[in-house]
Order: sequence, then structure tokens, then C-alpha cells
Amino acid sequence: MLYLDYAATTPLNPEVGEAYFHLLKTKFANPDSIHGLGLEVEGLMERSRALIASMLGVEAAEIIFTSGASESNNMAIKGVCFQYQSRGRHIITTTVEHSSVYETFKQLENEFGFEVTYLPVDSQGRLDLDVLKQSIRKDTILLSCMAVNNEVGFCLPLEKIKDILKDYPNCHFHVDMVQCLGKLPVHLDGIDLASFSAHKIYGLKGSGILYKKTSCQIKPLICGGQQEFGLRAGTSNAFTNIVLAKTMRLALADLDQKIVHVRHLNQRLRDYFSGLPDCVINTPEDGSPYILNVSMLRYKPEVLTHALEDHEIYISTRSACSTKKLDMSRTLKMMGVSQEVGMSALRISLSHLVTDQDIDRFIQAFNDILRKVKQQRK
Amino acid sequence: MEYNHILVRFGELTTKGKNRKTFIQKLFQNTKEALLRFEHLTYELTYDRLYILLNGEDQKEVTEALKHVFGILSFSLAIKVPTELEAIKEAASFLVEKTEGQTFKIDTKRNDKNFPMTSPEISRSVAGYIFHHTQKDLSVDVHHPDIRIRIELRQKDSYVMNDVIHGAGGYPVGIGGKALLMLSGGIDSPVAGYLTMKRGVEIECIHFASPPYTSDRAREKVLELVGKLNAYQPTIRVHVIPFTDLQLAIYEHTPESYAMTVMRRMMYRIAQRVAEQENCLAISNGESIGQVASQTLDSMKAINCVIDMPVIRPVVCMDKIEIMELARQIGTYDISIRPYEDCCTIFTPKQPATKPRREKCETYEQGWDFNQMVEDCVAARETLIIGLDAVDENADLF
Repeated sequence: MLYLDYAATTPLNPEVGEAYFHLLKTKFANPDSIHGLGLEVEGLMERSRALIASMLGVEAAEIIFTSGASESNNMAIKGVCFQYQSRGRHIITTTVEHSSVYETFKQLENEFGFEVTYLPVDSQGRLDLDVLKQSIRKDTILLSCMAVNNEVGFCLPLEKIKDILKDYPNCHFHVDMVQCLGKLPVHLDGIDLASFSAHKIYGLKGSGILYKKTSCQIKPLICGGQQEFGLRAGTSNAFTNIVLAKTMRLALADLDQKIVHVRHLNQRLRDYFSGLPDCVINTPEDGSPYILNVSMLRYKPEVLTHALEDHEIYISTRSACSTKKLDMSRTLKMMGVSQEVGMSALRISLSHLVTDQDIDRFIQAFNDILRKVKQQRK
Repeated sequence: MEYNHILVRFGELTTKGKNRKTFIQKLFQNTKEALLRFEHLTYELTYDRLYILLNGEDQKEVTEALKHVFGILSFSLAIKVPTELEAIKEAASFLVEKTEGQTFKIDTKRNDKNFPMTSPEISRSVAGYIFHHTQKDLSVDVHHPDIRIRIELRQKDSYVMNDVIHGAGGYPVGIGGKALLMLSGGIDSPVAGYLTMKRGVEIECIHFASPPYTSDRAREKVLELVGKLNAYQPTIRVHVIPFTDLQLAIYEHTPESYAMTVMRRMMYRIAQRVAEQENCLAISNGESIGQVASQTLDSMKAINCVIDMPVIRPVVCMDKIEIMELARQIGTYDISIRPYEDCCTIFTPKQPATKPRREKCETYEQGWDFNQMVEDCVAARETLIIGLDAVDENADLF
């Protein structure tokens, strides 16, 4: 099997699995119980929180355990809007966000009456900062922007946004860092809230965190308990939270070398695709090396994906959170690509686990498929 | 190019004439102990400096640990280069590029007077090189520079450094003997421990537990506080006193308003006995005048007289807000405010005597054999060793 869909999810690191299984076998108590059994579990969970904080260079009280990045995104965005709506009801995001951010903004716009500005990007995924400068106001209370686009892999200019936001102290800055953690360096200074996911870094599904700067307040989405600083009621998913520290530590180990290796793999694929006729590479050169989005013109992407599957090679056509919809990827649409390019996109996403032989195998299989599968007529 | 050295400057001890050697040896030993987990570090001790060679260890983590070693006035991350003008220029230029800021200044200290240029000449020459090679829009500001590069020119090797990082100050822990810290779990006593250690006094801790009236969480909290103090003293012994029986006896034999005072007298007696057995020269605690009934001057007088050992009260004249600020700085505040009962908060009388009298206390202590119970408490104490290098059963989970 050759798995090349690491942006969708990753296999569990066996070391994390072992730690988790050990916890399941040996412990069960509720960390909020006042007896010794509970205390022990609480201690382990808080130790995990402190370790995660130190890996991100922040305080333990700024790390909130969640069920994953979609929850973190909802919690951050709605939490800030409900908390600060008396200061203003204008919020900003981009047109290329993950659906858990985009739909949350739609909901705030349509159901809760917030005014939303959606910042556009150009064909290279470059955000139009002039539009940001023009649209941001004194009553803008939130700007949410992803670090790396999940479908196409371009990076958003966080540092430049931070500079602009310096003049707008009322505007909180939330960043969806899911495709950044464990792949590119994470810098949280100048950011008020950031979402992370465990299953994208070889951890458990149903596990994530929200970083929330102490100075930023949010309203809880789930009320009714003291867990997670009163911001997320409900018995803690303790073991999942405990092993997240280990997950992160392993994912961040030797990150520099991993990046160099993945860049090399990415370059090989780029070289290959740029030699193919009727192929457009959608990911800009300066994008994340972990994602390569290409359009094979006049091929149905589903057909190519299933043909690769016959070779036990797994890639995807777009974000797994939007595959049930039939039209073209929103990100590509917003980048302004043609219908033809947009409707034939494939996403290959890499990992340090992928080898040079794997890339050989992929290229061989893809050549084989292109010989067999018919292109549609012009 | 990367930082490869830390240059450590000693604190107050440079003024200490004859004792100097003992002080430096102790500081050196404490530094090595605090940095024990960084296996690759090596050290060079000279007359007035300690050089730590990083050998690839993470400079951020090492500096964080170093900030907690008492006796260190300040330290700097440095690049060690051979004493040649070209090498010095390159290192200085690298540091300027790396550091944020638009204005800079070069400070040169020439220990090797045989070097053919004077300090100002070296500074000018290096600054010239920086201007020539920088990508930034730089200017020199000798009064309030954003970036201050220090060059220490020595005979063989020179050190090029960026900013000075403040150390913890004080005296090396252990140079001033040992004290027994009464550690309740509140905000004040860990701060008292910190300040005691800062003056070079090693600590052991005594904690009174009254299970089931006090919980495992309270005990756990105290051990966590000790864990925070471990940053200043890597190994700390903690004596946990089983206090329940004695505490119940006190409430049986004493009127409610005096129960607190008599209880504190018993705690002092036990602390002194433990201190004597553990070679502690004094007792240290977090009492502060007037904070609670047991800490009025009248109370202190009625309580203190049961022992004849010095009692150090480092926070005695500090405002609560000042103590809280220090607690936050040393990282104990968030642990201290967890709401678990400790021995002083259970059985709290509604109206404790704020002006207790010694004679009355003595009357209430007659007619029952508290001495035997005090001895029992001392004998039955559980001694734990809390340290940075303690065996970690759960290491595999992280």
C-alpha cells in the first residue's frame, strides 16, 4: 500500500498507540474526582498540558483540550464573537478557509447577524492585503485565517497580517494551524487563538487543542462544568489528552530533517508533473512542501483516484471534509482557476514516512494509468 | 554560526574576600547539579567567570534552568572565537543580524593588553564591518542602543555576546547552612522558602497532614510546590507529619478560641524536634504580620516562646500583594490557590483569639500528655525526597 493522503489524516504512531493502550488497561478514573485515582489521572493530564505548552512556547493555562480542530475553530470563532459582540459585530476571514471556519462564519453572518468580510486570494493563493487594510475597522473584533491551505497548500501571510493588526487592538487573531503543526515551524506570538489537530500528526482521531492567549476571553460553547477552565464542560477525554503531548513530541522531533526530505520528494513530483502534457500544478512554488495539488486536464479526478486505488495507491481529490459535494473545490474556485482546471484537481499529500522508492512507484503507476485511461474530448 | 557558550558572572560573592573560594566552589557545584540533565555540557571555571560550553544542547532550555541558580548575577549567550579581528567581526555581524533593532553599540573589553588595537579602535573597526555587511537599515546609538554587542577579548579566545540576561542573584544555596521550612500549601510558605534559599540557606520542608480531614490532593499539592522549588535546589527532603491524632486531642482539651494558638505551638514543637534531628539551624515559615489571627504579634509571641531556635520569617513585613507577585514569579501561585483543605483551615474557629496569652495556653496544655504525642508525630514522620532527577514511573506516557 502507498498512502499519499496525509493531509486528510495520518496513521497512528505506534508509540502513541502503546501509551494509550497502557492507559486504557491500567486506569479509568475521572480526573475531576477528588479521590486518589482521579488525582493520578488529573496529574497526568495536566503534565501533558504543560508539556504541550512548553513545546509551543506558551503557558499551560493557554492550552484547551478539544475533540479536534473543527471544534477548536468553532470554539475560537464563536467564543470571541459572543464575548466581544458589544465592542463590534464586524468579523473577517478569507474565502479559502477550511469548511469548519468558513461555515462558522456563514452561520454567524446568517443566523446571528454579524457582518463578515471575506478576503480574496489571487491565482497563486496570495491574500489581498489591501482589501484587508480597507475593510478592517475599529469595530472589527475577529480575523480568522489559516496558516496553510489544506487543499492547495499555499501559505497565508501571517506575519504581514500581524503587522496590520497592531493598529487594531480590538481585533483578535485566530489561526487554523492544522496543516502547519509538525510540518512547518509554529510561531504563536502575535496570535490570540490557534487550532491544532492530533490526527494530522500521527495521533488519535477526536483529539485537538485550542491555544487561547490568557488575555483573550471567550464564551464557552458547552456550558455546565469546570473542565478546561470552564470553557468546555463534560468529563475529560483524559487518556486522549494525556497522549497528545507524546504525539506532539514525536511529530516535532527532527522536524528540520523531515522538512528537507519532504521538500526533496515534493520536488521530484513537481518535476514529474511539469513534464506531463495537459497538467497544471496548482500549488505555488513557495507553498507547503507537504501538499501538491495538480489538475490533469480533461481527466475526471475520481477516475484517476480509483485507478490509482487499483495499484493500492491512495490520494484524494480535495479536502475530506467536503468530498460529498459535487462541484469544484471552493479554494480553487476562489483562486479564480478555470472550470476545467478546478474540476480535474488531485491532491497528493506527503509525509516524512514516504520514501524515494514510493515516489518511483507512484510515477510508474501514474504513467501506466495515463496510458490506459481515456481523456475526455475537448 | 550559532551560540556555543554561556558566560556566567558571579553575584554578590565577588565582594566576599576570604570566603570567595568556598562560594565559587559551591556555586559551581550547584550550577552543575541544576544542569545535570543536559549531558553534553562542559565547564571551564576561571578566576571571575564560569564558561559553559553548550556542545549542541538547547540554549533556550539551558538558560531557563540557569536563571534559577542563586549566586549568579547575570549571564550571556556567547560565541567563542579565536582572538582574531576577522573572526570577531563575523561573529558580531551575525549577532546584529539575528537580533531585532535598528540601532546598535559595540562594547569592547580588552583583557589581553598585548592585542595591537585599543578597545575603542576594535569597536570602531567591528562597527565598520557591520555597516558594510548588514542587510538592515542600521545606525549607531551609544546611549540607548537596541542591540548591544559585547566583545571580551582575551589572550587566546574571545567572546562575542549579545544582551545580558539577569540571573537569580543571592548566594549559592547551601553556603549558609540549612533551615526547616514549614510548608502548608498556601501562597506564603513557598515564597518564604524561595527567599530563604536566595540567601544561600538550604531547605528541608515539614508538612502537617491530617487525613482524612485533609486529602491526598492537599498532600499532592504540597509536593508539587516542592517541585517548583526544586528549580532552585535540585533535591529537597520533605517530612510529612501525621498530625490527625494530636490535632483531635487539641480540640478535645482546648476551648475553641485558643485551639489555633495551641495547634501552632504544637507545630512549632514538632518542627524544632525534626530540625534538630535533621541538622537544621533554623525554622523558616510564611508568617506575615496580621494576616490571620495566628499571625498577630500577640500570637507570634505566644507561639514562638515554645521553642528556642531562630525562626526566619522572610515575608513577615511584606504586603499580601507583594507576596502574591513573588509567588507568580516563581510559579507557585497557581498551585497554591487550589482549594484543598489543609490543617490550618479545618476546624477553623469562628472567633479565634487574636491576642492570645501565653499563660492561658500553658493552662490548656496541662493535664494531658502532649509531649508524648509530639514525639510520636516526630517519630512517625514520612520523609520523601523530591528532586529533579526523581524516578519517573510515567515517563513512557510522554
